[in-house]
Parts: sequence; structure tokens; C-alpha cells
Amino acid sequence: MAHIVSSWTHTGSVLTVHRWITVVGGLLLACLAVLVLCLQFGATSVHIGNVVPAIMHLFRGDLAGSPSQEASEIIMVQIRFPRVLMGFLVGGSLAAVGVTLQALLRNPLADPYVLGVSSGSALGVSMAMLFGIGSTFLLFPLLPLFGFVGGLLALFLIYRLAQSKSRLPIHSLLLAGVILNAILTAFIMFITSIMEPNRSAGLMAWLMGSLTAPGYPALGIFLLYVLFVLAILMHKAQLLNVLTLGEETACSLGVETEGVKKQLFALTALLTGAIVSVSGMIGFVGMVIPHAVRLIIGSDHRLLLPASALVGGMFLALADTIARTVMAPAEIPVGIVTALVGGPFFLYLLLWRKDRML
Amino acid sequence: MTTYTTERTSPLSPLEGPAIEAKGLSFRYYSKEGRGRMWTLDHLSFHVDAGEILGIVGPNGSGKSSLLKILSGLLRVGEGDVLLGGTSLQKRSQADIARLVAVVPQEYAQVFPFTVAETVLMGRFPHRTVHWWSMGIGDETASDLAAAHQAMVDTDVVSLADRLVSDLSGGERQRVVIARALAQEPQILLLDEPTAFLDINHQIEICSLVARLRAERQLTVVLVSHDLNVASQYCDRVLMLKEGQLCRIGSPEETIRPEVLRMVYGCDVVVDAHPQTGRPRVTMPMNMV
Repeated sequence: MAHIVSSWTHTGSVLTVHRWITVVGGLLLACLAVLVLCLQFGATSVHIGNVVPAIMHLFRGDLAGSPSQEASEIIMVQIRFPRVLMGFLVGGSLAAVGVTLQALLRNPLADPYVLGVSSGSALGVSMAMLFGIGSTFLLFPLLPLFGFVGGLLALFLIYRLAQSKSRLPIHSLLLAGVILNAILTAFIMFITSIMEPNRSAGLMAWLMGSLTAPGYPALGIFLLYVLFVLAILMHKAQLLNVLTLGEETACSLGVETEGVKKQLFALTALLTGAIVSVSGMIGFVGMVIPHAVRLIIGSDHRLLLPASALVGGMFLALADTIARTVMAPAEIPVGIVTALVGGPFFLYLLLWRKDRML
Repeated sequence: MTTYTTERTSPLSPLEGPAIEAKGLSFRYYSKEGRGRMWTLDHLSFHVDAGEILGIVGPNGSGKSSLLKILSGLLRVGEGDVLLGGTSLQKRSQADIARLVAVVPQEYAQVFPFTVAETVLMGRFPHRTVHWWSMGIGDETASDLAAAHQAMVDTDVVSLADRLVSDLSGGERQRVVIARALAQEPQILLLDEPTAFLDINHQIEICSLVARLRAERQLTVVLVSHDLNVASQYCDRVLMLKEGQLCRIGSPEETIRPEVLRMVYGCDVVVDAHPQTGRPRVTMPMNMV
């Protein structure tokens, strides 16, 4: 009776543990290489030989060496390392949010901005800036909180607008997102227009999407926050797979779709709020990276989600390095770079391969 | 190299008593206007025996698809009750229903590039145990793989395992969707217009596949079709719906009759005997001018 039936499980047609470890492990190594590369470049370039010792000193807590080496180590430790890490975390989160929304909306070109959640976050942060609300309260960063509240409110509005018959049809959700986005953007524009010119310039630069070097406590909080939400999303990866088959099919496979969708939308809002509050509106990463990764490794979200997050992190770290260096000592908003680099790359992938490999 | 056996880990035990029993089943779509008073399904009472193929026919808008969606738990029962295997549908969770009932939907559009094997394995979702720490990697147990393999063998899609579903022909895709449904190891299979968009060769292929699966797996099959001849040739009994009401239920000989069809569809048709099976065959009349 026993037949050997393993033929199809070894042809790469399904995700195996071996393939998962190979891809994720390979990407982790690539991430390390990219981080070291990004740390070298900036307004002052640091020789690669000094990058690793500086990081070692950072973790040992002592900064020593010759005066010139000390200066470069301070740049490295106080400014460049936190900024590159921040870029990596923001890029990875954007890609993860993109993957989740694309699965939920069954649209491979959806991105975190379509639903207007990011606009909601941006409006929250803009209002905080308008009223001059300080950056911290009892060591707790306030701007991310405003971004989070704004994002959640936007999500709640979208949900109420799109809901009918106690269900949430995808097309009305998308439409509600587009309209809400337009309204929220108008409010943000209004706020920038009534601000003092020098402050509105700062707000505009942030809105265009830009990264700054955070202090280590803020970076630590952001890191924990992002990892926590990503871990929950990863836990739900198999659900995302089933949801892409459509709501009715997911339902007939035993998924309580309405509840699951609410959970997943809330998780994406949490992540989006945090991203927007630290980096403004960086577009393109959430759409291009998941799409490109899917073309190469396939659609299984158990692999697609972590792989997209890692590739998104590398992509934004590299894009920010370009933004820091092309017009040094001036910087350009990284959102411009992501659009200019990501767009053609996306077109190339689209023309080059329509199916998958590996 | 890992090997898996095709031996079924959970032998299929036929349901005791009727597989499906509807008692005064009613349903209407909620709307704010007065139209909400209209029943989409109006106090239907019928049963489906274990191992039988029941065809549901009727004009467009007669409630065929709504009835199927209620049986699979996609729509909630309004009034009355539906028993699946003796237990009320309302007392079963969605996952519980999914381990008993599998659905082959009318349209199946796959947006993302999943392979055939990945798609079939998703049919194992309702059987999966998820731990809070699980990331789902390598969650497929030997019995998941064995069930998926058996489903792919039964529908003859093993050779397509690493192809993308989006690259398949209509008939192949329909077989993959049926394979996914079989991977659920259901006792009841619901099919919504399984031959609607297929050429005649694939229609024959899918219909004989369903008939064979019923015999091999002792499946109870409920099949919605607008094609009266499919219902007549392949179903043990036919249920006729008109405007949400049960018009007639019985063998094809009892239901596929000119006077019944005139009542349900409001038109005259020619009904003769199929040359091979002797079952009723419906053709359009030639209008003499």
C-alpha cells in the first residue's frame, strides 16, 4: 500500500524548511554586508577598516584611539550607525506592511498609502507640530503617539465608511481609502500653509520622507516595537496565504474572515503609525519590494513576509546612503531616491520575468 | 529523501442518517429598504442522503448560490435550521464546518502566483493545529502531505504540481480547485456551477470526475448547475428552486419534465430520453413559423 509520493514536495513546488532557512539565512548575510557598506559612506567617508572596530567599540562602550580615528568613531557611533539601522527598520516595516495589505486587499500593487492610514498618521504628527507639542513627555516620545492615534482614527473611519451588511467588501474599502487619503492630504497641506515658513519647510521635508539619526533609547524602543508587530504578523503568515484565495474561499477553509481582517488591519496601522512618525511618507518601498520578492521566491507568505522585510530594509538603507551622499554635505529626502531607484527596477522586473524562479 | 505513504490517516466514515437536513430553512439579505421583507430562500425543507449526488437547478436569481453558501457556512441561516451530520450548522464553528464540507466555488481567480502543490496544500488549513509560537514553517505533517497527494492523484494533477495555477487551462484549474477541496478530506462536497466556463471536453471530464469521487470516497455531493442535462445525467436527485421556494425534489425522471420546467422557467422545452442512459434530456424546441 505504501507508495513513495514525495515526488512533488522536492521539486520546489512547496515551501520546505530547508528552502526557508537558505533564503532567510542568505538574506541575513546580505543585510550584514549592506549595513557595513552603508556605514562607510556619508558626508565624511570612513574607511572600511575603521567601520567594524568602531561598532565593536560601541558595543564594548569605550571609544579610544588616535584623535582622527576618534572623530570618525563619534560620527560612526552617534550619527551614522543609528541612522542606517533606523533606515533598515523603516524599510523592513514598510515592506512588511505592504505584504500584509496586498494579501488582505488581494491586490499585488496595493501599498501602505492606498488606505490613507499613513496620511492619518501624518496628519496626527503635523497637528502636534502645529501646536508645538514637545517631543517627549516623561521620556516617552510623543510624536509617534500622535502618528499612531492618527493612523488608528483613519483606519476606523475607513472601516466605517466601507462597511456594509456587517461585512467589509474590498472594493469599497479601496475606494474609501482613496477618498480619505485626498481629504487628509488637504488637511496636511492646510497645516503647512498656515505654519511659519521655516517650520513648514521642516514639516514638508519630513512629509517627503526623510530619515534622521535617533538617540539610542528611541532607536531601542522603535526596534522592540517593530520586532513585536513583525512577530505577530509572521505568526499569521499562513492565514495571509489563505486570505489571498478570496474571502469566501478563506471562509470555506475555516477562517473567521471578518475578525482576522480587523486584527490584521489594526496591526498594519500600528506599524504604519510608528513608521510615519519617524520617517514621514516614504513611498514605493511597500509596493515594489513585496512585488519584486514575490516574482523571485513565490507567494507563500511564510517566506515572502520575512524575505520582503529583509530586502526592504536593505533597499531603504542603501537608498538613504545615496540620499546622504549624492549632494553632500546637503541631504535630499530619501522618498525621492526610493521613487527614482525603485520605479525603474520595478519596471525591469516586470518586463524581465512575469513568473517565478527558484 | 523523505517518503510519505498514501494510506489515509483518518479513514472516512460515512455520516449516520442524512448528511444534510434543512428544516424550514429561510434566508434573506439585509437591506434598509422594505425589500428586506423578500425571502431569498423561503422555508425550504429537504434532506440529502449520505453518498448521494443532489443537483440544485432553477432560473437565475432563484437562490441556488445562496443555498449553497448557507450549506457551507458563508451565509447565516435566517430562520429554520440546517443540520450537517445531525448537528445544527449554528452550533458548528467555521473551522468545524470546513473539516466536514468543502466548496468548489463558481469562479476561482488566483491573484498571486501560487503553485498547484501550494494551492492544494492550503486545503489542509482547517486541519492544522497552530501554536502561539508557530511561524508556520514546516507545519505540514505527514498526514497533510499524504492527504494532499491523494487528492492530487484522484484529480490527476500530480504532474502539474510545480506549475503556477495562473498558467493552467480552465479544465486543469478546475481539477486543482477540486483537489484542494478533497485535501480538506470532507464528507460533503459542494460545487457551484463546476462546468460553467468549460469547453465540452472539460465538462465531461469534470462531471465524470465528480461521479467517480463520489463512488471512491463515499462523498455526499451537492451540485448547483444551470445546465439541466448535467443535473439529469449525473445527479441521483434534483431539487428545483423558483424564487426562493422549493418547487419540486426527486429523481431526474420526476423533476425534469416538460410541465415542471414550464412552471419553473416559464417556457416550453423538448424532453426525450438520453440514448445511452434513458434519463431525461432537455433540448430547445424548434419554433415553427
